[in-house]
Amino acid sequence: MRKYFGRKIFVYVLTFFAAVTINWMIPRLMPGDPIQSRLARASLTDAGAAEALYEYFNNMFGLDQPLWQQYLNFWVSLLQGDLGISIWNFPTPVTELIMGAVPYSLGLLLPSILLSWFVGNWFGAYAARSKWLDNTILPLGYVLTATPYMWLALLLAWSLGIVADLFPASGSYGLSLQPAFTWTFISSLLEHWFLPFLSLFLVALGGWAIGMRNMIIYELESEYSNYLQALGAPRRLIRRYAFRNAMLPQITGLAVQLGTVVAGALLTEIVFSYQGLGYLILQAIQNQDFFLLQGAFLFIVIGVLIANFIIDVVYVMVDPRVRVQMQGGAK
Amino acid sequence: MRNRYRFLIPLALVSLMATSCASDTEGDGGAAGDYPRAETLYTGGTQWGPPSTWNPLDTGNYATGTVGLVYETLFLFEPQSGEYIPWLAESGEWVDDSTYELKLRQGVQWSDGEDFTADDVVFTVELGQIEGSTYGNLWEWLESAEAVDDHTVRFTFSQANYAQWANWLYFNAIVPEHIWSERSDEEILTGANEEPVGTGPYAYEAHDQDRQVWKKRDEWWATEALGHEVAPTYIVDVVNTSNEAALGQVLQGNIDMNNNFLPGVAQLVQGGYGVETYYPEEPYMLAANTAWLVPNTTKEPMDDPEFRKALSASIDMDEIVTNVYGGLVTEANPTGLLPAWEEYIDTEVVEEYATPRDPDVAKDILEEAGYEDTNNDGFVETPDGDPIDLTLIVPSGWTDWMESARVISESAEAVGIKVTAEFPEFNDLVDQRNSGEFDLVINNERQISNTPWTYYDYIFRLPVQEQQTTVNFGRYENEDAWELVGELDGVPVEDVEAVREVAGELQQIHLEEMPVIPLWYNGLWSQTSNTVWTNWPSSETDNNYLPSTWRGYFQLGSILMLTELEPAPEEE
Repeated sequence: MRKYFGRKIFVYVLTFFAAVTINWMIPRLMPGDPIQSRLARASLTDAGAAEALYEYFNNMFGLDQPLWQQYLNFWVSLLQGDLGISIWNFPTPVTELIMGAVPYSLGLLLPSILLSWFVGNWFGAYAARSKWLDNTILPLGYVLTATPYMWLALLLAWSLGIVADLFPASGSYGLSLQPAFTWTFISSLLEHWFLPFLSLFLVALGGWAIGMRNMIIYELESEYSNYLQALGAPRRLIRRYAFRNAMLPQITGLAVQLGTVVAGALLTEIVFSYQGLGYLILQAIQNQDFFLLQGAFLFIVIGVLIANFIIDVVYVMVDPRVRVQMQGGAK
Repeated sequence: MRNRYRFLIPLALVSLMATSCASDTEGDGGAAGDYPRAETLYTGGTQWGPPSTWNPLDTGNYATGTVGLVYETLFLFEPQSGEYIPWLAESGEWVDDSTYELKLRQGVQWSDGEDFTADDVVFTVELGQIEGSTYGNLWEWLESAEAVDDHTVRFTFSQANYAQWANWLYFNAIVPEHIWSERSDEEILTGANEEPVGTGPYAYEAHDQDRQVWKKRDEWWATEALGHEVAPTYIVDVVNTSNEAALGQVLQGNIDMNNNFLPGVAQLVQGGYGVETYYPEEPYMLAANTAWLVPNTTKEPMDDPEFRKALSASIDMDEIVTNVYGGLVTEANPTGLLPAWEEYIDTEVVEEYATPRDPDVAKDILEEAGYEDTNNDGFVETPDGDPIDLTLIVPSGWTDWMESARVISESAEAVGIKVTAEFPEFNDLVDQRNSGEFDLVINNERQISNTPWTYYDYIFRLPVQEQQTTVNFGRYENEDAWELVGELDGVPVEDVEAVREVAGELQQIHLEEMPVIPLWYNGLWSQTSNTVWTNWPSSETDNNYLPSTWRGYFQLGSILMLTELEPAPEEE
């Protein structure tokens, strides 16, 4: 057991190191110069001023040092928990920006992923056994998964937001409010949350349902099901076995989804102007904000690794084969 | 396991129902809030990221309204009437050729209760001596600034640059010495200044990733001194995320004034969607700046004025104005001078030297200058026989400019000049533009101002640096023209006749040399809604101030727009 997890953890540490290094490197390969663009916005009348400011910023962000030095500095400050200062949103610290956005991203994505997973699997499992459901819900599922997300989201914002005026089509809480623990604020928060949530829920739902239905049918037609049937086992029992086996890939899928949860939902956040991490990441890329990008990606890497780790643990519990393998390895 | 899911389903359904019920009770956006809708003005279109700095000296990044609503300038310049409106200053005049005396308004207080005095003005002007200050070049011709008494400041100049000085007086905000003098140079230039203390009609209230909130100050000096009162109690400036979201907010009446370019807004204005613009018909918008096609004059064949003229002549501007913009912009005057500077245009010079926009003219010029298609590939080569293959860059995502670039490329190719439109990311473009690696770029980085000096400073400024960060991106070198620009600076701004004379000579050089090719007047994009506030600036009413929250525009009279607004009559 210790050997199993020891090996896993070693792999995770290695992955973390590699992923973070790549995250550090890639933004720096982009053409352009974030400081130049920042200064371009200031429209300085004095050429000398631009030069002086350029040097000041370059020095402040440590971009005037050789690359290897920048890389070392990055690890040193990272280990001290310092993600640096955003270039795009100077002088706001990256941690502050990310912390302001993460609750919104989590609040949006966790419920939509979990609910769509539960509901999708439930529908899928039933659909595999019911002709009627298979002919109605499933085609709808196909349509939903095949819909380009952007289009569905815009359609929702337009129909329910602008035409029917049931929900606000943009923002994360009423523009006339300040965050406070009051009913007005919370209801406004929920109201603004609903459309982006619904769009994510709908798009993911179809995928889960189709996946589950296909898995169940596959399992029901597999040899062990036939064997059980031949032995005269009750249908209920066979289905339970099939369901258990069909669940495994779905759990992995869920884990991957949950891992990326902190990345936010980029398109959702843009269509609905919802404040969250996805929007920050897009802006960071567009403005070449190295530090914000690094910070945001760090969260994603950690999220994915933690989710994978949890899945490793869960698998030990739900999949007897892993348990056996683990004990075999421990011998 | 299956049973465990089952109990979650009703739970999920209940939570879904709960949220949808919650929203039913509140309808659209919550009438009951901390900022009553009827007293709040919602704006959008300036801020493209979370508000992060309230430093008026960080001119390109400060939160919408920092200068104008909080920090104020000595004068306003109102381009519609061409008037300088004394603001924190009561009056100012040139005593002689090297001395300017400024009388400050009495009884003005900072929002922390301290008096606004001559020391604040002297302190602010002297901030220009910090290396990296936005107005550092002021000190190349300003010798000293001294407080004669509490309300008089005397400036001594080594050279009287009337135009630039008038520009400085209305453009730059005054900061309180008693707070800022304790700060380090870096903090002054780049600090976030989280608790802004100003003299203006509003004070900081709150901000979040997607908004900036200002609250009205009842003690604003102009209410007593000038009888101005800003109408909204709160101003909420909403951060832009996308054009779709902005459009939705305007249509839902959640934003009262939007200063984004929204494609197709003409249809909304005509279609009765409750959206209004400055003009009820074409061109809908006032002009804010000129969009130029800037050729890199250090590269062949753009170093040849004849070639530049031919390129200019080839452009199908009607196509851009009508099809790309749907009539939201107008073609620029051949000189490119904005309508606000119309009185400085020398029509005789224009008539004599302007190259007409006509493909045949373009072909003639090319032929006469020796550009011929020697290798029969359909495109002309240079007189030396080198192939011409130019790239025109505009930032990716700026859809109207991308379309215009395509039109320019097509019309240039129609007369035999090979131009390919490319769309690099903005940062990449800035890099190429500043270092002079580009062939052709579209640019509009000079706004409307009090003097055509700013316009010609953009075109002709010398010396060319290794990095051209703000002006003369085409690296055009003409000593005579630059000298004339200096001369223009030395003409008193009230002397229209003299300004026109110098400007006329510059127009001739511009038209003969074509260092930048004026294309169209970019609009002062403004979409307003009458749902909560009325009497918006419009050609139809007496409120003719510039309808904008863009940085640098409150000084151009937009602050007075707020005093003209009226609450909409209550419905039902």
